[in-house]
Amino acid sequence: MHYIKFLAVFFLIVGIKTNLSAQDLLKGKKIYETRCLVCHQADGGGVPNMNAPLDGASNVVGKDIARMVRIIKKGYNEKVALDGFYYSNAMTANPDLSDEDIANVLTYIRGSWSNKAGKVSLAQVKAAKSKSH
Amino acid sequence: MKNLKIVLGFAFIAVSFAVNAQDNAGLKLPNGFKATLFANGIGSARHIAITPNGVLFAKLMYPNKGGNSIIRMEDKNNDGIADEVSGWGKYGGTGIFIKGKNLYATSDNDVFMYQLNDKDEVENTASPKTIVKGLIARNQHASKSITLDGQGNIYVNIGAYSNACQEKDRMPGSKGMMPCPILDSAGGIWKFDGQKENQVYGDGKRYATGLRNVVGLDWNKQTNSLFVMQHGRDQLNSFYPTLYNDAQNAELPAETMYEMHEGDNAGWPYIYYDPYQKKKILSPEYGGDGKKEGGENAIDPTVFFPAHMAPNALLFYTGNQFPEKYKNGAFIAFHGSWNRAPLPQEGYFVAFVPFKNGKPSGAWEIFANGFSGLTGEDKVTNPRKAKARPCGLAQGPDGSLYVSDDSNGSIFKISYSK
Ligand code: HEC
Repeated sequence: MHYIKFLAVFFLIVGIKTNLSAQDLLKGKKIYETRCLVCHQADGGGVPNMNAPLDGASNVVGKDIARMVRIIKKGYNEKVALDGFYYSNAMTANPDLSDEDIANVLTYIRGSWSNKAGKVSLAQVKAAKSKSH
Repeated sequence: MKNLKIVLGFAFIAVSFAVNAQDNAGLKLPNGFKATLFANGIGSARHIAITPNGVLFAKLMYPNKGGNSIIRMEDKNNDGIADEVSGWGKYGGTGIFIKGKNLYATSDNDVFMYQLNDKDEVENTASPKTIVKGLIARNQHASKSITLDGQGNIYVNIGAYSNACQEKDRMPGSKGMMPCPILDSAGGIWKFDGQKENQVYGDGKRYATGLRNVVGLDWNKQTNSLFVMQHGRDQLNSFYPTLYNDAQNAELPAETMYEMHEGDNAGWPYIYYDPYQKKKILSPEYGGDGKKEGGENAIDPTVFFPAHMAPNALLFYTGNQFPEKYKNGAFIAFHGSWNRAPLPQEGYFVAFVPFKNGKPSGAWEIFANGFSGLTGEDKVTNPRKAKARPCGLAQGPDGSLYVSDDSNGSIFKISYSK
Protein backbone atom coordinates (compact mmCIF):
# COMPACT_ATOMS: atom_id res chain seq x y z
CA MET A 1 0.00 0.00 0.00
CA HIS A 2 2.78 2.37 1.00
CA TYR A 3 4.54 1.32 -2.13
CA ILE A 4 1.59 2.28 -4.29
CA LYS A 5 1.24 5.62 -2.52
CA PHE A 6 4.89 6.23 -3.07
CA LEU A 7 4.57 5.39 -6.74
CA ALA A 8 1.55 7.67 -7.11
CA VAL A 9 3.39 10.56 -5.51
CA PHE A 10 6.43 9.80 -7.60
CA PHE A 11 4.49 9.86 -10.84
CA LEU A 12 2.67 12.98 -9.74
CA ILE A 13 5.97 14.75 -9.21
CA VAL A 14 7.39 13.49 -12.48
CA GLY A 15 4.12 14.41 -14.17
CA ILE A 16 4.11 17.97 -12.87
CA LYS A 17 7.72 18.47 -13.74
CA THR A 18 7.42 17.37 -17.34
CA ASN A 19 3.75 17.84 -18.08
CA LEU A 20 3.17 14.12 -18.38
CA SER A 21 0.14 12.47 -16.93
CA ALA A 22 0.75 9.43 -14.77
CA GLN A 23 -1.54 7.55 -17.13
CA ASP A 24 0.60 8.16 -20.20
CA LEU A 25 3.64 6.96 -18.33
CA LEU A 26 1.92 3.83 -17.06
CA LYS A 27 0.66 2.85 -20.51
CA GLY A 28 4.11 3.37 -21.95
CA LYS A 29 5.73 1.52 -19.08
CA LYS A 30 3.71 -1.58 -19.80
CA ILE A 31 4.83 -1.64 -23.43
CA TYR A 32 8.39 -0.96 -22.34
CA GLU A 33 8.35 -3.88 -19.95
CA THR A 34 7.02 -6.39 -22.44
CA ARG A 35 8.96 -5.26 -25.52
CA CYS A 36 12.01 -3.20 -24.66
CA LEU A 37 13.20 -4.01 -21.16
CA VAL A 38 14.94 -7.24 -22.14
CA CYS A 39 17.52 -5.23 -24.09
CA HIS A 40 17.41 -1.72 -22.70
CA GLN A 41 17.08 -3.02 -19.09
CA ALA A 42 14.93 -1.88 -16.18
CA ASP A 43 16.96 1.25 -15.56
CA GLY A 44 17.12 2.19 -19.25
CA GLY A 45 20.88 1.77 -19.08
CA GLY A 46 21.17 -0.75 -21.91
CA VAL A 47 24.13 -3.15 -22.08
CA PRO A 48 27.61 -1.76 -22.77
CA ASN A 49 28.70 -2.28 -26.40
CA MET A 50 25.58 -4.30 -27.08
CA ASN A 51 22.26 -2.49 -26.51
CA ALA A 52 22.16 1.31 -26.53
CA PRO A 53 21.14 3.08 -23.31
CA LEU A 54 17.93 5.12 -23.43
CA ASP A 55 18.53 6.80 -20.08
CA GLY A 56 20.61 9.89 -20.72
CA ALA A 57 20.71 9.34 -24.49
CA SER A 58 20.74 12.65 -26.36
CA ASN A 59 18.65 11.28 -29.25
CA VAL A 60 15.98 9.95 -26.93
CA VAL A 61 15.36 13.30 -25.27
CA GLY A 62 16.03 15.12 -28.55
CA LYS A 63 13.75 16.62 -31.19
CA ASP A 64 13.87 13.97 -33.92
CA ILE A 65 10.70 12.07 -33.03
CA ALA A 66 10.36 10.75 -36.59
CA ARG A 67 13.65 8.88 -36.32
CA MET A 68 12.56 7.15 -33.12
CA VAL A 69 9.16 6.22 -34.54
CA ARG A 70 10.97 4.65 -37.47
CA ILE A 71 13.41 2.78 -35.20
CA ILE A 72 10.61 1.35 -33.08
CA LYS A 73 8.48 0.30 -36.09
CA LYS A 74 11.25 -1.10 -38.26
CA GLY A 75 13.98 -2.12 -35.86
CA TYR A 76 17.51 -0.78 -35.94
CA ASN A 77 20.91 -2.21 -36.81
CA GLU A 78 23.41 0.31 -38.06
CA LYS A 79 27.06 0.81 -37.27
CA VAL A 80 26.69 4.39 -36.10
CA ALA A 81 28.01 6.02 -32.96
CA LEU A 82 25.35 6.95 -30.41
CA ASP A 83 26.77 9.50 -27.98
CA GLY A 84 30.20 8.21 -28.95
CA PHE A 85 29.64 4.46 -28.56
CA TYR A 86 28.72 1.61 -30.89
CA TYR A 87 26.16 -1.09 -30.18
CA SER A 88 26.45 -4.47 -31.83
CA ASN A 89 23.03 -5.97 -31.26
CA ALA A 90 20.13 -5.66 -33.69
CA MET A 91 16.97 -4.07 -32.33
CA THR A 92 13.71 -5.93 -32.84
CA ALA A 93 11.10 -4.36 -35.14
CA ASN A 94 7.62 -3.69 -33.77
CA PRO A 95 5.41 -3.54 -36.88
CA ASP A 96 2.32 -4.41 -34.86
CA LEU A 97 2.45 -1.51 -32.37
CA SER A 98 -0.29 1.08 -32.93
CA ASP A 99 0.53 4.76 -33.29
CA GLU A 100 -0.90 5.31 -29.85
CA ASP A 101 1.32 2.58 -28.37
CA ILE A 102 4.34 4.20 -29.97
CA ALA A 103 3.40 7.61 -28.61
CA ASN A 104 3.03 6.10 -25.15
CA VAL A 105 6.27 4.16 -25.14
CA LEU A 106 8.15 7.19 -26.48
CA THR A 107 6.55 9.32 -23.81
CA TYR A 108 7.69 6.76 -21.25
CA ILE A 109 11.33 6.54 -22.35
CA ARG A 110 11.61 10.33 -22.71
CA GLY A 111 10.25 10.90 -19.22
CA SER A 112 11.78 8.08 -17.19
CA TRP A 113 14.98 7.54 -15.18
CA SER A 114 16.97 10.76 -15.54
CA ASN A 115 15.20 11.74 -18.79
CA LYS A 116 12.97 14.80 -18.52
CA ALA A 117 11.81 15.40 -22.10
CA GLY A 118 8.22 16.13 -23.04
CA LYS A 119 5.32 13.92 -24.00
CA VAL A 120 4.96 12.60 -27.54
CA SER A 121 1.42 12.96 -28.88
CA LEU A 122 -0.50 10.75 -31.26
CA ALA A 123 -0.46 13.60 -33.77
CA GLN A 124 3.33 13.74 -33.62
CA VAL A 125 3.62 10.01 -34.36
CA LYS A 126 1.20 10.29 -37.29
CA ALA A 127 3.09 13.27 -38.66
CA ALA A 128 6.38 11.40 -38.25
CA LYS A 129 5.03 8.44 -40.17
CA SER A 130 3.89 10.50 -43.12
CA LYS A 131 7.33 12.11 -43.27
CA SER A 132 9.30 8.88 -43.20
CA HIS A 133 7.76 7.30 -46.33
CA MET B 1 48.88 22.45 2.98
CA LYS B 2 50.12 21.06 -0.25
CA ASN B 3 52.47 18.74 1.60
CA LEU B 4 49.67 17.50 3.74
CA LYS B 5 47.68 16.72 0.64
CA ILE B 6 50.58 14.76 -0.82
CA VAL B 7 51.10 12.87 2.39
CA LEU B 8 47.42 12.10 2.60
CA GLY B 9 47.49 11.04 -1.02
CA PHE B 10 50.30 8.60 -0.35
CA ALA B 11 48.60 7.33 2.75
CA PHE B 12 45.48 6.74 0.70
CA ILE B 13 47.39 4.86 -1.98
CA ALA B 14 49.17 2.79 0.66
CA VAL B 15 45.89 1.94 2.35
CA SER B 16 44.17 1.05 -0.90
CA PHE B 17 47.09 -1.21 -1.84
CA ALA B 18 46.90 -2.88 1.51
CA VAL B 19 43.14 -3.32 1.19
CA ASN B 20 43.61 -4.61 -2.30
CA ALA B 21 46.12 -7.21 -1.28
CA GLN B 22 43.94 -8.33 1.60
CA ASP B 23 40.69 -8.61 -0.26
CA ASN B 24 42.02 -10.36 -3.38
CA ALA B 25 41.21 -7.38 -5.59
CA GLY B 26 37.56 -7.81 -4.62
CA LEU B 27 37.30 -11.42 -5.84
CA LYS B 28 35.89 -14.41 -4.03
CA LEU B 29 38.15 -17.41 -4.53
CA PRO B 30 38.47 -20.98 -3.23
CA ASN B 31 40.73 -21.52 -0.20
CA GLY B 32 44.41 -21.06 -0.84
CA PHE B 33 43.92 -18.83 -3.89
CA LYS B 34 44.91 -15.18 -3.93
CA ALA B 35 44.39 -12.44 -6.48
CA THR B 36 46.11 -9.19 -7.31
CA LEU B 37 44.96 -6.40 -9.57
CA PHE B 38 47.67 -6.88 -12.18
CA ALA B 39 46.57 -3.85 -14.21
CA ASN B 40 43.69 -1.42 -14.18
CA GLY B 41 42.06 1.06 -16.54
CA ILE B 42 43.92 -0.17 -19.63
CA GLY B 43 40.76 0.01 -21.82
CA SER B 44 38.18 -2.50 -23.05
CA ALA B 45 40.38 -5.58 -22.56
CA ARG B 46 38.92 -8.51 -24.48
CA HIS B 47 41.25 -11.51 -24.91
CA ILE B 48 44.72 -11.79 -23.40
CA ALA B 49 47.83 -13.84 -24.19
CA ILE B 50 51.09 -14.34 -22.34
CA THR B 51 54.64 -15.23 -23.39
CA PRO B 52 56.78 -17.91 -21.72
CA ASN B 53 58.61 -15.02 -20.01
CA GLY B 54 55.37 -13.73 -18.48
CA VAL B 55 54.81 -10.67 -20.66
CA LEU B 56 51.06 -10.18 -21.02
CA PHE B 57 49.28 -8.72 -24.06
CA ALA B 58 45.63 -7.61 -24.20
CA LYS B 59 43.48 -6.85 -27.24
CA LEU B 60 41.07 -3.97 -26.76
CA MET B 61 37.65 -3.65 -28.31
CA TYR B 62 38.32 0.04 -28.97
CA PRO B 63 41.54 2.03 -28.83
CA ASN B 64 41.92 3.35 -25.26
CA LYS B 65 42.41 6.96 -24.16
CA GLY B 66 46.04 6.75 -25.22
CA GLY B 67 44.92 5.68 -28.71
CA ASN B 68 46.20 2.11 -28.44
CA SER B 69 44.33 -1.14 -28.98
CA ILE B 70 47.01 -3.72 -28.12
CA ILE B 71 48.49 -3.39 -24.64
CA ARG B 72 51.77 -4.92 -23.45
CA MET B 73 52.18 -5.43 -19.70
CA GLU B 74 55.24 -6.58 -17.82
CA ASP B 75 55.69 -7.21 -14.10
CA LYS B 76 59.45 -6.68 -13.74
CA ASN B 77 59.68 -6.80 -9.94
CA ASN B 78 57.36 -9.78 -9.79
CA ASP B 79 54.92 -8.39 -7.23
CA GLY B 80 51.78 -9.36 -9.12
CA ILE B 81 51.25 -5.86 -10.52
CA ALA B 82 52.37 -4.78 -13.97
CA ASP B 83 54.96 -2.04 -13.72
CA GLU B 84 55.56 -1.46 -17.42
CA VAL B 85 52.53 -0.80 -19.58
CA SER B 86 52.74 0.27 -23.22
CA GLY B 87 50.70 -0.19 -26.37
CA TRP B 88 50.07 0.35 -30.04
CA GLY B 89 47.46 -0.40 -32.71
CA LYS B 90 44.51 1.63 -33.93
CA TYR B 91 42.02 -1.15 -34.70
CA GLY B 92 39.57 -2.56 -32.17
CA GLY B 93 39.03 -6.29 -31.86
CA THR B 94 38.87 -9.29 -29.55
CA GLY B 95 41.32 -12.02 -30.55
CA ILE B 96 44.95 -12.31 -29.46
CA PHE B 97 47.18 -15.38 -29.35
CA ILE B 98 50.87 -16.13 -28.96
CA LYS B 99 52.62 -19.06 -30.63
CA GLY B 100 56.38 -19.09 -30.27
CA LYS B 101 57.56 -15.62 -31.25
CA ASN B 102 54.44 -14.87 -33.28
CA LEU B 103 51.81 -12.60 -31.78
CA TYR B 104 48.44 -12.79 -33.54
CA ALA B 105 45.76 -10.11 -33.10
CA THR B 106 42.40 -9.62 -34.80
CA SER B 107 40.18 -6.83 -35.99
CA ASP B 108 36.57 -7.73 -36.83
CA ASN B 109 37.63 -8.47 -40.44
CA ASP B 110 41.26 -9.56 -40.31
CA VAL B 111 43.95 -11.54 -38.54
CA PHE B 112 47.35 -9.87 -38.18
CA MET B 113 50.70 -11.28 -37.05
CA TYR B 114 53.49 -9.45 -35.23
CA GLN B 115 57.00 -10.61 -34.41
CA LEU B 116 58.25 -10.69 -30.81
CA ASN B 117 61.94 -10.01 -30.20
CA ASP B 118 64.00 -11.70 -27.46
CA LYS B 119 62.63 -9.25 -24.89
CA ASP B 120 59.06 -10.04 -25.99
CA GLU B 121 58.70 -6.60 -27.52
CA VAL B 122 57.14 -5.90 -30.88
CA GLU B 123 59.30 -3.79 -33.16
CA ASN B 124 57.14 -3.82 -36.28
CA THR B 125 54.07 -2.40 -34.58
CA ALA B 126 53.08 -0.42 -37.68
CA SER B 127 53.58 -3.22 -40.20
CA PRO B 128 52.20 -6.56 -39.09
CA LYS B 129 51.73 -9.32 -41.63
CA THR B 130 48.11 -9.77 -42.69
CA ILE B 131 47.38 -13.48 -42.32
CA VAL B 132 43.65 -13.46 -43.09
CA LYS B 133 41.54 -10.61 -44.48
CA GLY B 134 38.03 -9.80 -45.62
CA LEU B 135 36.08 -11.88 -43.11
CA ILE B 136 32.42 -11.07 -42.65
CA ALA B 137 31.60 -8.61 -39.86
CA ARG B 138 28.06 -7.29 -39.82
CA ASN B 139 27.72 -5.70 -36.43
CA GLN B 140 26.15 -8.66 -34.59
CA HIS B 141 28.70 -11.24 -33.40
CA ALA B 142 31.40 -9.55 -35.44
CA SER B 143 34.35 -10.17 -33.12
CA LYS B 144 36.96 -12.70 -34.24
CA SER B 145 38.47 -15.04 -31.67
CA ILE B 146 41.44 -17.21 -32.52
CA THR B 147 43.47 -20.18 -31.36
CA LEU B 148 46.21 -22.31 -32.93
CA ASP B 149 46.80 -26.06 -32.89
CA GLY B 150 50.17 -27.79 -32.68
CA GLN B 151 50.47 -28.00 -36.47
CA GLY B 152 50.61 -24.32 -37.34
CA ASN B 153 46.93 -23.93 -38.22
CA ILE B 154 44.89 -21.02 -36.95
CA TYR B 155 41.18 -21.37 -36.09
CA VAL B 156 39.01 -18.27 -36.41
CA ASN B 157 35.47 -17.87 -35.15
CA ILE B 158 33.16 -16.16 -37.62
CA GLY B 159 29.94 -15.41 -35.74
CA ALA B 160 26.52 -15.43 -37.39
CA TYR B 161 25.19 -11.94 -38.04
CA SER B 162 21.78 -13.02 -36.83
CA ASN B 163 19.93 -14.37 -33.81
CA ALA B 164 18.12 -17.34 -35.32
CA CYS B 165 18.57 -17.01 -39.10
CA GLN B 166 15.09 -15.59 -39.63
CA GLU B 167 14.19 -14.13 -43.03
CA LYS B 168 14.14 -10.82 -41.17
CA ASP B 169 16.43 -10.90 -38.16
CA ARG B 170 14.65 -10.41 -34.84
CA MET B 171 11.34 -9.68 -36.58
CA PRO B 172 8.45 -11.28 -34.68
CA GLY B 173 6.83 -14.01 -36.76
CA SER B 174 9.56 -14.08 -39.41
CA LYS B 175 10.42 -17.67 -40.38
CA GLY B 176 13.81 -19.35 -40.20
CA MET B 177 15.51 -19.66 -43.59
CA MET B 178 15.94 -23.23 -44.87
CA PRO B 179 18.76 -23.92 -45.40
CA CYS B 180 20.29 -21.06 -43.46
CA PRO B 181 22.45 -19.17 -46.02
CA ILE B 182 24.51 -17.50 -43.30
CA LEU B 183 26.26 -20.80 -42.63
CA ASP B 184 28.18 -20.53 -45.94
CA SER B 185 30.30 -17.68 -44.66
CA ALA B 186 29.66 -17.42 -40.90
CA GLY B 187 28.17 -19.28 -37.94
CA GLY B 188 31.21 -21.52 -37.57
CA ILE B 189 34.95 -21.93 -37.13
CA TRP B 190 37.25 -21.46 -40.11
CA LYS B 191 40.72 -22.98 -40.38
CA PHE B 192 43.62 -21.16 -42.06
CA ASP B 193 47.37 -21.55 -42.37
CA GLY B 194 49.01 -19.75 -39.45
CA GLN B 195 51.86 -18.32 -41.56
CA LYS B 196 50.60 -17.72 -45.10
CA GLU B 197 49.85 -14.08 -45.84
CA ASN B 198 46.72 -12.47 -47.27
CA GLN B 199 44.45 -15.48 -47.07
CA VAL B 200 40.76 -15.00 -47.84
CA TYR B 201 37.76 -17.31 -47.41
CA GLY B 202 38.80 -19.42 -50.39
CA ASP B 203 42.19 -20.22 -48.84
CA GLY B 204 40.64 -21.47 -45.64
CA LYS B 205 38.16 -24.14 -44.83
CA ARG B 206 34.97 -24.23 -42.81
CA TYR B 207 36.21 -26.48 -40.01
CA ALA B 208 33.03 -26.66 -37.92
CA THR B 209 29.56 -25.21 -38.37
CA GLY B 210 26.21 -24.63 -36.65
CA LEU B 211 27.66 -22.25 -34.06
CA ARG B 212 25.73 -19.02 -33.56
CA ASN B 213 28.63 -17.20 -31.99
CA VAL B 214 31.79 -18.34 -30.29
CA VAL B 215 34.00 -15.98 -28.33
CA GLY B 216 35.85 -18.48 -26.11
CA LEU B 217 37.76 -21.29 -27.77
CA ASP B 218 40.88 -23.32 -26.97
CA TRP B 219 42.92 -26.11 -28.50
CA ASN B 220 43.05 -28.92 -25.95
CA LYS B 221 46.56 -30.39 -26.04
CA GLN B 222 45.54 -33.56 -24.24
CA THR B 223 42.81 -34.53 -26.67
CA ASN B 224 44.48 -32.69 -29.54
CA SER B 225 41.14 -31.17 -30.51
CA LEU B 226 39.27 -27.89 -30.60
CA PHE B 227 36.82 -26.92 -27.86
CA VAL B 228 34.46 -23.96 -28.18
CA MET B 229 31.89 -22.17 -26.04
CA GLN B 230 28.75 -21.10 -27.87
CA HIS B 231 26.60 -18.08 -27.04
CA GLY B 232 23.04 -19.38 -27.23
CA ARG B 233 20.21 -17.56 -28.94
CA ASP B 234 18.11 -14.77 -27.41
CA GLN B 235 14.49 -13.76 -27.03
CA LEU B 236 12.45 -16.96 -27.14
CA ASN B 237 9.72 -15.25 -25.11
CA SER B 238 9.71 -11.98 -27.10
CA PHE B 239 8.93 -13.80 -30.33
CA TYR B 240 6.98 -16.78 -29.02
CA PRO B 241 5.17 -15.60 -25.90
CA THR B 242 2.65 -18.44 -26.14
CA LEU B 243 5.44 -21.05 -26.01
CA TYR B 244 7.84 -19.42 -23.54
CA ASN B 245 7.26 -17.18 -20.54
CA ASP B 246 9.83 -14.82 -18.96
CA ALA B 247 11.08 -17.47 -16.55
CA GLN B 248 11.57 -20.02 -19.34
CA ASN B 249 13.34 -17.45 -21.49
CA ALA B 250 15.71 -16.76 -18.64
CA GLU B 251 16.73 -20.44 -18.56
CA LEU B 252 16.66 -21.33 -22.26
CA PRO B 253 18.71 -22.28 -24.09
CA ALA B 254 21.78 -23.56 -22.26
CA GLU B 255 25.18 -22.04 -22.93
CA THR B 256 27.11 -24.94 -24.40
CA MET B 257 30.66 -26.27 -24.68
CA TYR B 258 31.44 -28.45 -27.70
CA GLU B 259 34.42 -30.52 -28.71
CA MET B 260 34.54 -29.95 -32.44
CA HIS B 261 36.30 -32.19 -34.91
CA GLU B 262 36.60 -31.33 -38.55
CA GLY B 263 33.17 -31.28 -40.20
CA ASP B 264 31.19 -31.24 -36.95
CA ASN B 265 27.91 -29.35 -36.74
CA ALA B 266 26.49 -27.95 -33.49
CA GLY B 267 23.01 -27.40 -34.95
CA TRP B 268 22.39 -23.62 -34.96
CA PRO B 269 19.99 -22.20 -36.11
CA TYR B 270 17.74 -25.24 -36.45
CA ILE B 271 17.97 -26.35 -32.83
CA TYR B 272 18.88 -25.14 -29.36
CA TYR B 273 19.91 -27.13 -26.33
CA ASP B 274 17.39 -27.41 -23.49
CA PRO B 275 19.20 -27.98 -20.17
CA TYR B 276 16.13 -29.42 -18.44
CA GLN B 277 15.01 -31.91 -21.07
CA LYS B 278 18.70 -32.45 -21.93
CA LYS B 279 17.75 -32.51 -25.59
CA LYS B 280 18.28 -30.69 -28.84
CA ILE B 281 14.99 -28.89 -29.37
CA LEU B 282 13.73 -27.65 -32.74
CA SER B 283 13.83 -23.84 -32.89
CA PRO B 284 10.39 -22.20 -33.01
CA GLU B 285 11.48 -20.33 -36.16
CA TYR B 286 11.72 -23.80 -37.78
CA GLY B 287 8.42 -25.13 -36.52
CA GLY B 288 9.43 -26.09 -32.99
CA ASP B 289 7.06 -25.96 -30.02
CA GLY B 290 9.51 -26.25 -27.14
CA LYS B 291 9.26 -30.07 -27.17
CA LYS B 292 9.85 -31.35 -30.70
CA GLU B 293 13.41 -32.58 -31.06
CA GLY B 294 15.69 -31.87 -33.97
CA GLY B 295 19.30 -31.79 -35.05
CA GLU B 296 19.82 -35.44 -36.02
CA ASN B 297 23.14 -34.47 -37.58
CA ALA B 298 24.20 -32.17 -34.80
CA ILE B 299 26.57 -33.15 -32.01
CA ASP B 300 25.70 -32.95 -28.31
CA PRO B 301 27.40 -30.50 -25.98
CA THR B 302 30.33 -31.67 -23.86
CA VAL B 303 29.13 -29.53 -20.96
CA PHE B 304 26.17 -27.18 -20.62
CA PHE B 305 25.63 -24.16 -18.38
CA PRO B 306 22.73 -21.86 -17.41
CA ALA B 307 21.40 -19.66 -20.20
CA HIS B 308 22.68 -16.30 -21.45
CA MET B 309 25.76 -16.06 -19.22
CA ALA B 310 27.90 -15.23 -22.27
CA PRO B 311 31.03 -17.41 -22.13
CA ASN B 312 33.76 -15.16 -23.54
CA ALA B 313 36.88 -17.21 -22.86
CA LEU B 314 37.86 -20.87 -22.52
CA LEU B 315 41.18 -22.15 -21.20
CA PHE B 316 42.37 -25.67 -20.47
CA TYR B 317 44.68 -25.49 -17.49
CA THR B 318 48.01 -27.23 -18.03
CA GLY B 319 49.97 -25.56 -15.22
CA ASN B 320 51.47 -27.13 -12.11
CA GLN B 321 50.75 -24.37 -9.61
CA PHE B 322 47.07 -25.09 -8.92
CA PRO B 323 45.99 -28.23 -6.97
CA GLU B 324 45.78 -31.52 -8.87
CA LYS B 325 42.00 -31.22 -9.39
CA TYR B 326 42.52 -28.32 -11.80
CA LYS B 327 45.01 -30.08 -14.08
CA ASN B 328 43.67 -30.32 -17.65
CA GLY B 329 40.32 -28.91 -16.54
CA ALA B 330 38.50 -26.04 -18.25
CA PHE B 331 38.20 -22.47 -17.01
CA ILE B 332 35.44 -20.41 -18.57
CA ALA B 333 35.08 -16.63 -18.23
CA PHE B 334 31.39 -15.73 -18.20
CA HIS B 335 30.98 -12.11 -19.29
CA GLY B 336 27.53 -12.03 -17.64
CA SER B 337 23.98 -12.03 -18.95
CA TRP B 338 21.62 -9.22 -19.96
CA ASN B 339 18.79 -11.10 -21.62
CA ARG B 340 17.54 -12.91 -18.54
CA ALA B 341 15.76 -9.61 -17.73
CA PRO B 342 13.30 -9.04 -16.10
CA LEU B 343 14.75 -11.88 -14.01
CA PRO B 344 18.07 -11.39 -12.19
CA GLN B 345 21.19 -11.51 -14.33
CA GLU B 346 23.71 -14.33 -14.04
CA GLY B 347 27.36 -14.94 -14.79
CA TYR B 348 30.01 -12.28 -14.19
CA PHE B 349 32.29 -15.04 -12.88
CA VAL B 350 34.94 -17.55 -13.90
CA ALA B 351 33.73 -21.14 -13.81
CA PHE B 352 35.67 -24.39 -13.68
CA VAL B 353 34.93 -27.86 -15.08
CA PRO B 354 37.20 -30.76 -14.03
CA PHE B 355 38.36 -33.01 -16.89
CA LYS B 356 39.89 -36.49 -16.89
CA ASN B 357 41.27 -38.07 -20.05
CA GLY B 358 39.71 -35.35 -22.14
CA LYS B 359 36.19 -35.75 -20.76
CA PRO B 360 34.40 -33.79 -18.04
CA SER B 361 34.80 -35.68 -14.75
CA GLY B 362 32.48 -33.67 -12.51
CA ALA B 363 29.96 -30.85 -12.30
CA TRP B 364 30.93 -27.28 -13.17
CA GLU B 365 31.50 -24.87 -10.31
CA ILE B 366 32.12 -21.17 -9.78
CA PHE B 367 35.86 -20.62 -9.40
CA ALA B 368 36.21 -16.84 -9.12
CA ASN B 369 33.29 -14.54 -8.37
CA GLY B 370 32.64 -10.96 -7.30
CA PHE B 371 33.78 -9.26 -10.53
CA SER B 372 30.59 -7.20 -10.88
CA GLY B 373 30.74 -5.84 -7.34
CA LEU B 374 26.94 -6.06 -7.43
CA THR B 375 24.71 -8.00 -5.11
CA GLY B 376 20.99 -8.21 -4.36
CA GLU B 377 18.74 -5.64 -5.99
CA ASP B 378 21.53 -3.95 -7.87
CA LYS B 379 22.42 -7.14 -9.66
CA VAL B 380 18.86 -7.30 -10.92
CA THR B 381 18.82 -3.89 -12.49
CA ASN B 382 21.67 -3.60 -14.85
CA PRO B 383 24.82 -4.87 -16.51
CA ARG B 384 26.09 -1.32 -17.03
CA LYS B 385 26.70 -1.06 -13.32
CA ALA B 386 28.97 -4.11 -13.23
CA LYS B 387 32.42 -3.05 -12.10
CA ALA B 388 34.17 -5.76 -14.07
CA ARG B 389 33.04 -8.28 -16.68
CA PRO B 390 35.34 -11.30 -17.20
CA CYS B 391 36.25 -11.60 -20.86
CA GLY B 392 39.66 -13.18 -21.40
CA LEU B 393 41.86 -15.84 -19.78
CA ALA B 394 45.57 -16.64 -19.93
CA GLN B 395 47.82 -19.04 -18.07
CA GLY B 396 51.13 -17.57 -16.93
CA PRO B 397 54.42 -19.48 -17.13
CA ASP B 398 54.29 -20.03 -13.35
CA GLY B 399 50.78 -21.49 -13.61
CA SER B 400 48.91 -18.38 -12.42
CA LEU B 401 45.62 -17.57 -14.12
CA TYR B 402 45.01 -14.10 -15.57
CA VAL B 403 41.49 -12.76 -16.14
CA SER B 404 40.76 -9.66 -18.23
CA ASP B 405 37.76 -7.35 -17.93
CA ASP B 406 36.44 -5.19 -20.77
CA SER B 407 34.34 -2.84 -18.69
CA ASN B 408 36.99 -1.13 -16.57
CA GLY B 409 40.08 -2.58 -18.20
CA SER B 410 41.26 -4.58 -15.21
CA ILE B 411 43.54 -7.60 -15.33
CA PHE B 412 43.34 -9.93 -12.34
CA LYS B 413 46.13 -12.36 -11.54
CA ILE B 414 45.02 -15.42 -9.56
CA SER B 415 47.62 -17.61 -7.87
CA TYR B 416 47.67 -20.52 -5.47
CA SER B 417 49.95 -21.35 -2.59
CA LYS B 418 49.59 -24.02 0.08
C1 HEC C 1 16.86 -6.98 -29.18
C2 HEC C 1 17.20 -5.89 -28.33
C3 HEC C 1 16.36 -4.63 -28.35
C4 HEC C 1 15.01 -4.49 -28.08
C5 HEC C 1 14.01 -5.58 -27.71
C6 HEC C 1 14.73 -3.08 -28.20
N1 HEC C 1 15.85 -2.39 -28.55
FE1 HEC C 1 16.00 -0.37 -28.85
N2 HEC C 1 17.94 -0.62 -29.43
C7 HEC C 1 18.64 -1.80 -29.42
C8 HEC C 1 19.94 -1.60 -29.98
C9 HEC C 1 21.01 -2.67 -30.16
C10 HEC C 1 20.01 -0.25 -30.35
C11 HEC C 1 21.19 0.44 -31.06
C12 HEC C 1 21.19 -0.07 -32.50
C13 HEC C 1 22.33 0.40 -33.35
O1 HEC C 1 23.20 1.13 -32.86
O2 HEC C 1 22.34 0.01 -34.51
C14 HEC C 1 18.75 0.35 -29.97
C15 HEC C 1 18.42 1.70 -30.15
C16 HEC C 1 17.25 2.29 -29.72
C17 HEC C 1 16.94 3.69 -29.82
C18 HEC C 1 17.86 4.77 -30.37
C19 HEC C 1 18.76 5.28 -29.25
C20 HEC C 1 19.63 6.45 -29.66
O3 HEC C 1 20.45 6.86 -28.81
O4 HEC C 1 19.52 6.92 -30.80
C21 HEC C 1 15.69 3.86 -29.30
C22 HEC C 1 14.94 5.16 -29.17
C23 HEC C 1 15.22 2.56 -28.88
N3 HEC C 1 16.18 1.64 -29.16
C24 HEC C 1 13.99 2.32 -28.29
C25 HEC C 1 13.47 1.06 -28.08
C26 HEC C 1 12.11 0.81 -27.64
C27 HEC C 1 11.09 1.89 -27.31
C28 HEC C 1 11.96 -0.54 -27.59
C29 HEC C 1 10.70 -1.32 -27.26
C30 HEC C 1 9.53 -1.01 -28.06
C31 HEC C 1 13.23 -1.14 -27.96
N4 HEC C 1 14.10 -0.14 -28.24
C32 HEC C 1 13.47 -2.51 -28.00
C33 HEC C 1 18.18 -3.02 -28.95
C34 HEC C 1 16.87 -3.31 -28.63
